[in-house]
Amino acid sequence: MIYIQLFIAFFQVGLFSFGGGYAALPLIQEQTVEVHNWLTMQEYIDLVAISNMTPGPIAINASTFTGMKLGGILGAVCATAGCVAPSCIIVALLAILYYKYRNLDVSKGILFGLKPASAGLIASAGLSIAIGALFINSSAPTFSTFDIKSCIFFVICVTALRFKVDQIVVMSVSGISWLLMGLIFP
Amino acid sequence: MKDKKILQKIFLTSFFISAFTFGGGYVIVPLMKKKFSDELKWIDEPEMLDLIAIAQSAPGPIAVNASILVGYKVAKFWGTVASVLGTVLPPLITISIISFFYIMFKENTYAQLLLKGLQIGAAAVIADAVFSICSSSVKTSPVFSIIMILLAFIASFVLKINVIWIIPIAGLVGFLYDVAKKKISEKANLS
Repeated sequence: MIYIQLFIAFFQVGLFSFGGGYAALPLIQEQTVEVHNWLTMQEYIDLVAISNMTPGPIAINASTFTGMKLGGILGAVCATAGCVAPSCIIVALLAILYYKYRNLDVSKGILFGLKPASAGLIASAGLSIAIGALFINSSAPTFSTFDIKSCIFFVICVTALRFKVDQIVVMSVSGISWLLMGLIFP
Repeated sequence: MKDKKILQKIFLTSFFISAFTFGGGYVIVPLMKKKFSDELKWIDEPEMLDLIAIAQSAPGPIAVNASILVGYKVAKFWGTVASVLGTVLPPLITISIISFFYIMFKENTYAQLLLKGLQIGAAAVIADAVFSICSSSVKTSPVFSIIMILLAFIASFVLKINVIWIIPIAGLVGFLYDVAKKKISEKANLS
């Protein structure tokens, strides 16, 4: 049953992504690309690009996107419900503990280890995304498939972001100029 | 009747916050504080800050976690339902529509060119985020943090170990390190 599989897969994404934002990326990649083969690497990177351009948490966007592709609206709802379910349970438990003891020392220690680990995992996920975006054939990144044109784009984008240009602006300009370049120099 | 009005208000407020906020939890949480605490005065400020701390220490999207807490605080169970629906529906609707068009247009040459440019932009956004996240997590206990970052990276990227194993182990290591550090400083205080 695809609906149950979607629910379980995104339940894991919700359960193990600590720290919000991109912390969900490595888990989404694991579940959709590696464990289940629901998305190709290119579709997954498209999903990440689309998520960055639209409002809403990336985990919810990924649930909806994958669910829609595999099981239409019902698939999207099941995947999203799976993604939100662990939050509902764990946040409720933490809130009860908090109001009882006013002290979250245990979770502080756990987070102390999770934060840097999560940074390392995001770096790993980011590197696979960069490889997928900057090589012509992402499944076999070799010297000959390396795309110098996209690499120049990448460096310009990173520089713009470091100079605090808004990410939506950077991505829109990157998308539109790539399209124009493709039309002018096919 | 008054209850229904409050639920409606919770739903609409979280719906609009979620629909017009780009950039995920770090942007949405300050907005929720502003709306629910500063403007509507449903939650006083110190408690709101504690609720945000809880939202950040639980797994899952921070925006969803924060809305669960705010909804529960204001109107118990049905408040939670209203705020979670309000937070989840905008991305659910937006991405459903986009993925419908994505499936239709992804073979189209122009769409592919546009998407390729967006992909490169997104890769840059994530590279930038990785840089900020790593440098901010290195600030407290730099040695421990750098070792954890490298170990997690190698475990995931080189050894291809499943992330759902790495996360609990990292949590356990952090917990034990924290306990050990406290024990050592207690001993130092005694002597």
